[in-house]
Formats: sequence, C-alpha cells, structure tokens
Amino acid sequence: MDDVTVGRLRDGEVFVVELTQFSGPLDLLLSLIRDEQIDIQDIPVARIAEQFLARISSLALDEAADYLEMAARLVRIKAQMLLPRRDGDEAWEDPRAELVRRLLEYQQVREVVDILEARSDERRNRFSRAYLPRNFASPAPAAAALSLSLPELLAAVDRVLRAARQPGIHDVVPRTIDVTGAIATVRAVLALKSSARWRDLIASDAEPWQVLSVLLALLELAKLGELRLTQARPFASVEIASDAASQAA
Amino acid sequence: MTPLARLLEAALFASAHPVPLADLKAMAVDLETSESDIAGALAELRDHYDDDGHGVELVEVGGGWQILTRPEYTETIERAQLAARPQRLSAAALETLAIIAYRQPLGRAEIEQIRGVGCGQMLKSLHERELIEVTGRGEGMGRPLLYGTTPGFLEQFALRHLGELPRADELAVALRDPNATPMRIESPPAGVDSPPPGIDVDAPYLETAR
Repeated sequence: MDDVTVGRLRDGEVFVVELTQFSGPLDLLLSLIRDEQIDIQDIPVARIAEQFLARISSLALDEAADYLEMAARLVRIKAQMLLPRRDGDEAWEDPRAELVRRLLEYQQVREVVDILEARSDERRNRFSRAYLPRNFASPAPAAAALSLSLPELLAAVDRVLRAARQPGIHDVVPRTIDVTGAIATVRAVLALKSSARWRDLIASDAEPWQVLSVLLALLELAKLGELRLTQARPFASVEIASDAASQAA
Repeated sequence: MTPLARLLEAALFASAHPVPLADLKAMAVDLETSESDIAGALAELRDHYDDDGHGVELVEVGGGWQILTRPEYTETIERAQLAARPQRLSAAALETLAIIAYRQPLGRAEIEQIRGVGCGQMLKSLHERELIEVTGRGEGMGRPLLYGTTPGFLEQFALRHLGELPRADELAVALRDPNATPMRIESPPAGVDSPPPGIDVDAPYLETAR
C-alpha cells in the first residue's frame, strides 16, 4: 500500500499530506488503541505517545503539522500525568479527559462514516437517467410575451441586419495533397540538371498544399534513395542532388 | 396503469434528479389531483415495475422520487461502458460529511476540531461536488461561513431525509462525558430528543482490557 499520497503543489494551494491508511491523527490514535486493546477511558499515555511518535516517523509523516500537534499534545499529557498529586485531591482533573472526549466523539463520526459508506455503495449500484449535462443552460421561458414597442423592434432588426451585412462565410474546399504529381515534377527537374534548389521546385506564389506536396515528394524520393538532401548550415537553402549511385544502378 | 401513473412515469423518466412530491402535484394540477392521488399513482407505478419484471424501479430518495436501474444489472452495464459508477469518496471526505450532516449548520473550525486535521481543501471539493453548501454565517470572530448538506448529499447516500440517519443516541459509542456536547440531528420528523448522555455501549472492536 502507498503510505503517503503527497498532493501536488499548485499556486495558492496548501500542502496536503494524506495517508491512504489514516484520515488524521485521531484515526491513527484510535487504531493504536484498538491494536493494543486498551480501555479508551484509561489510556496509558506514556506508551501510546511513544508508539504514536514511532508510527509517524516510520510513516515519514513528520512534516504533517496535524500529526505533530497531536504528538505534542500526547507528550504534554504524559508530562502532566507525571506531576505528583496528593491522594484524595478532589480538584485533580484527569489531563486525559479532553483527549478521551475527542476520541469518543471521533469514534462516533467513524461510525456514521460506516453507515454513509454502506448507503453510498447501495446508491452507486443504481444508475439514474444521466443524459443531462451539468452545465446545460436552462431554456428561457418561452411563454412570456415580448414587451416591445414597434420602433424598438425595428431598431433591433436594423442592428441585426447591419451586423449581418458582411457575414463571414467561408467555403471549405477539400484540397488533397498531390504527392505523386510533385514526385513527377521533382524527377523531371532532376532529369534536366543534376542538382536543384528548393526554389527551383516551388513557384514563389505556391499555395500551402503545393509546398506540402513537394516537401513530401522530396522526403519520399530521399527515402527511396533517388536523391540526397543537404544543407550547408542551418536555415541555408536546401541542395537537392540526384543520387549518382542509384542513377548508375 | 392509470393516466396519472403514466404521466408520472414520463415525468420521472424525463428528469435527471429526484422529483419532490410537491412538484409532481404542481405538474398534474390539470387533473385535479391531491397529494394522496399522487402517492397512490406512485405506488401503482412502483408495483408495476416490481411485479411485471422491469429492469428499473421507483425509489424514494433525496426528498423526491426517481427511476433507477436495478442493482443486479450494474456490473454488466458498467462493463459495457454505457455508464460508470461514481468514484467512492475518501474516508476523510466521508468524515467531513458525517460531521456536517449531524451538526449543521457549523463552521470550518468546528469540523477541524472534531477531525483533528485541516479541512479547507476538503470543504472546497465537497462544495464543488455539490454535497455541501454554505447556509449562512456564524456569530463570533470573522463571522465564519456555516456549512450544511444539500439535496445532492441525500441523493448520493440514498437518504430520503436526514432523519433516516440513526440518532446520535442510537450509535454504538455514546459520549460518556455528561458535559460534552451531544451530537444532534437537525431532523424533519418530529420528536427527536437530545440523546441521553452516558449510554455505555462499547463498540465490538473496543474490547476493554481491564
């Protein structure tokens, strides 16, 4: 089991240390008491404090303030228990009383947690209608009559028409990339001269699809070994040379 | 089925959340129905689903009525990835919800005092999941925000109302310190007395070593 889940630290977020095993210092304390089969009303504080400290250091939790606070509390109660007191001193108050009260209260919470868990499992096993997205905008009430004067309505129509005068309508024309055609072009150019440059192959007003076609054609031919692509330095013009070896073959 | 039962079936099918009885009555106002008519029609619909062998059933939950699939089909539906069960809440989240459910309205400091850990992030995430809501501001320093549970909480935990949670004195471990504040339920049903302090019932896992 993962001992510690450390929350990622984003801006303005607190550092979250969550044990998968324990949900807090009281949980850890209760589990120690349970393991040791101790009466919750009569906790041997010295022993429990020692175990608590050992546990949180072995869990590499010492950075978690909540656990440290509980550790400090235990050590303080342990010290208070050691103070001498006279027999029959009525005013003596058990320093553990507050801790016991909190533990019992917490134990009650855990009991409710068990109930909630069982109930939520029951509900999780049933699906409800789930088609409605959370952020679905609620439709405006359609029945309400418009309270508008005629000039207001005409002004609104005018605004809409003015906004719509130059509607941005785009025709999307499918343009396929013509790699086969570009390969033919490149071969024809290289048949005329043994080396060429990028701008020999691409007209200055070439459209993006043509540039892409030629690029893919060059890469394809280079892969086939029909030509070599070289570049003297970064961003220099690319030299395209027909591969003599493959020509010979 | 009666026309009213059919209408209710259609309405509950169309709604993504449990529909309260009052809303159903308001919808069927044309049919001149009383609440007992609605209740009767709901019972008719429920029996119809139960007796004729349907894959869904009518469930009263979260202060309303809802059509839910039957649990025996959950595995298969989930395996086919048609729907997914929501994630389980962590123990820490459940603890926070338990405290709020029993003590609402209450502020963050009180929750943290009981749990012994900081709860700021937890409250935020429970709030985002719409399980808790801010119900007001408390007295005292800084007028802290007070939290309470939502109808979504009832829905997720298959509760008709908060009164369905056991009363504090019915829990196995009761507070033995008579001066301690007993947990109490803000409950819709009448007559929840404050639990008698000092009920001495040990949870089975807390066997005393004396």
